[in-house]
Amino acid sequence: MSLEAPLATNEKSNARPQEKAFTLALVGAPNAGKTTLFNGLTGGRAKIANYPGVTVEMREGGFTTPEGRKIVLQDLPGIHGLSGRSTDARIALNAIRGEIGETPDLLLVLIDAPNLHSHLQFAFQIRSLGLPMIVVLNMIDLAKRDGVEIDLDALEKTLGVPVVATSAPRKAGREALLTAIDQALPDLARLTPPKETGRSLRDFQLQARQLSAKAVTAEPGMHRLTRTLDAILLHPFFGLVTFLAILFLVFQAVYAWAEWPMGVLDSLITSLGQGLRTVLPDNWIESLLVDGIIAGVGSVIIFLPQILVLFFFILIMEMSGYMARAAFLMDELMLRVGLNGRAFIPLLSSFACAIPGIMAARVMESERDRLTTIMIAPLMTCSARIPVYILIIGAFIPASNVGPFGLQGLVMFALYVAGIVSAVIVAFVFRRILGRGGEQSLLMELPSYKMPQLRDLLVGLWSRAKIFLRRAGTVIFTVSIVLWFLVSFPGNDLRSSFAGMIGRTIEPIFKPLGFNLEIVIALVPGMAAREVAVGALGTVYAIDGATETSEGLYAALQAGWSLPTALAFLAWYVYAPQCISTLAVVRRETNSWARMWGMTAYLFALAWFAAFITYRVALALLG
Amino acid sequence: MSRLHSLKRGQKARIRAFHGDSSMEEALREIGFAEGDEVELLERGLVNGSPLSIRLDRTILALRKSEAACIEIEAD
Repeated sequence: MSLEAPLATNEKSNARPQEKAFTLALVGAPNAGKTTLFNGLTGGRAKIANYPGVTVEMREGGFTTPEGRKIVLQDLPGIHGLSGRSTDARIALNAIRGEIGETPDLLLVLIDAPNLHSHLQFAFQIRSLGLPMIVVLNMIDLAKRDGVEIDLDALEKTLGVPVVATSAPRKAGREALLTAIDQALPDLARLTPPKETGRSLRDFQLQARQLSAKAVTAEPGMHRLTRTLDAILLHPFFGLVTFLAILFLVFQAVYAWAEWPMGVLDSLITSLGQGLRTVLPDNWIESLLVDGIIAGVGSVIIFLPQILVLFFFILIMEMSGYMARAAFLMDELMLRVGLNGRAFIPLLSSFACAIPGIMAARVMESERDRLTTIMIAPLMTCSARIPVYILIIGAFIPASNVGPFGLQGLVMFALYVAGIVSAVIVAFVFRRILGRGGEQSLLMELPSYKMPQLRDLLVGLWSRAKIFLRRAGTVIFTVSIVLWFLVSFPGNDLRSSFAGMIGRTIEPIFKPLGFNLEIVIALVPGMAAREVAVGALGTVYAIDGATETSEGLYAALQAGWSLPTALAFLAWYVYAPQCISTLAVVRRETNSWARMWGMTAYLFALAWFAAFITYRVALALLG
Repeated sequence: MSRLHSLKRGQKARIRAFHGDSSMEEALREIGFAEGDEVELLERGLVNGSPLSIRLDRTILALRKSEAACIEIEAD
């Protein structure tokens, strides 16, 4: 607790009374273990620091050294050198130089100890900047396990700055670093190497190779397990089969594992609503609480388990080292459709939510490929669409079997595939529009396989849950209240309410798609976030007299919608342009209103035509 | 004059020089390739033999065939 108070007071304010907090920045290659060290030092308590004016979001956390110094620690994006080829790398370099946020008092330069030989050149490059630094040989335990022996004194002598070894997950493994920080901070000038300019990358490499030949006293071959696993997981045939099996397992688990906690949440929310109904007098306050807030927020909250299951797998894949292999396997295939393997990670994240996906596109060096990835990210079926799909499929698609597969699951699968196929086509078109820009290289490190750290997993899941719940508590909460008001006044009849008036004005646009007034009304607040549409339908039908349980909503939908309408609604949501947060992030990441409106327009057009065709075809077939 | 992409699975060689534009050379050097380093081809992709996974000392790097073609090698 004592850690958070000082953080809050000196946050971005230049007035730092008696106790000055030092700013330390973690600098290192993408797989050097920055996140684990960050979570270890700060206990995982981080906030996303937002710097106005520039597109930066950095993880910042606080801790106190053994001698009682207050530290603000910045976690910078991974870089391999000083060239700043990608947006992410430029952000890291600007933060190091103090052009963004607080200028770091001290750099902690992380080097992957088991791979010292090829990574030592990074320390020489950073050293040439002439800033106070400590070199941290991270994952020293793994180096020792593999039989790599390193002479720290030899490194320290040549580099001229302190060199410490850490193994980030364990407290004992971080002690040497904490001691070094305490020794360093009173006399930073001592740790400041001379600034070197005009030196080529080749010079740094020569220096680093010479030093590592001296300092690495024993070096066996590469990690055995990694080599064996790669022979299977990167195998031209078995590798792809395993990859598809893993993806299949992930999507199965998103449904199967989340079923039980979702049921529990659902019944809790329902009984909360019913409880309030019996306690409260039958007036507008009761209606606002039960029909507005609980029906609106509750119908969204129950999807938290699914989002956590999906992120559980994404985090495991990232931490174990498999994610880079997935990009490897997909690269040639994705090249053929105008993307590349590097786009795989942002696009996979987009299945959870397009926002982290769009931000993850920053790792891409080619601006054309980054823009294409951003443009198609919303076509990956994000978890916010899951509530909509589940509700409509549950209400309209019979739970029968087609061969060994359930029909409901197949429809869900088809909706995912529709999104992916559309993305491929759109990417192809965009590449034509954007022209032949700089080609994105694949060039990346395949980290050796590692056991995921439980703490990192929990911290990652918790930050996801927080983002989701914050949205439910703010955006969706507000929208639910506003919608309840618009639906309830004036008069109790939906058609004569404010929402009804708005709905009737734009209804002609949606009439050809078979959408009724209730749907149109639900689409408007769905602009705030896609899953709101479910809550909105809940509120609209609750006000209309249907009960607030999901069976009640199912019955209301079955009574009010025809099957072609339901199918058209599903088709609409494959494209569904209306998520303001995504559009805001696109505007920020592309720094262009035109691109944001372009995306909105193309998604809206696709959604409209897809729904129109679905409705007409279904009408013709079903009569 | 052979290039990195011509290696077979399990074959080793030493890096001799970089070709291609300066930005490609910079990217290759930054990720860790340098003259004199020993490399070994570990795995290749299914389609078109791309991408390649390369062992560089104890590190594994992934790159496309076209990128590997910018690295000149000599038999060890």
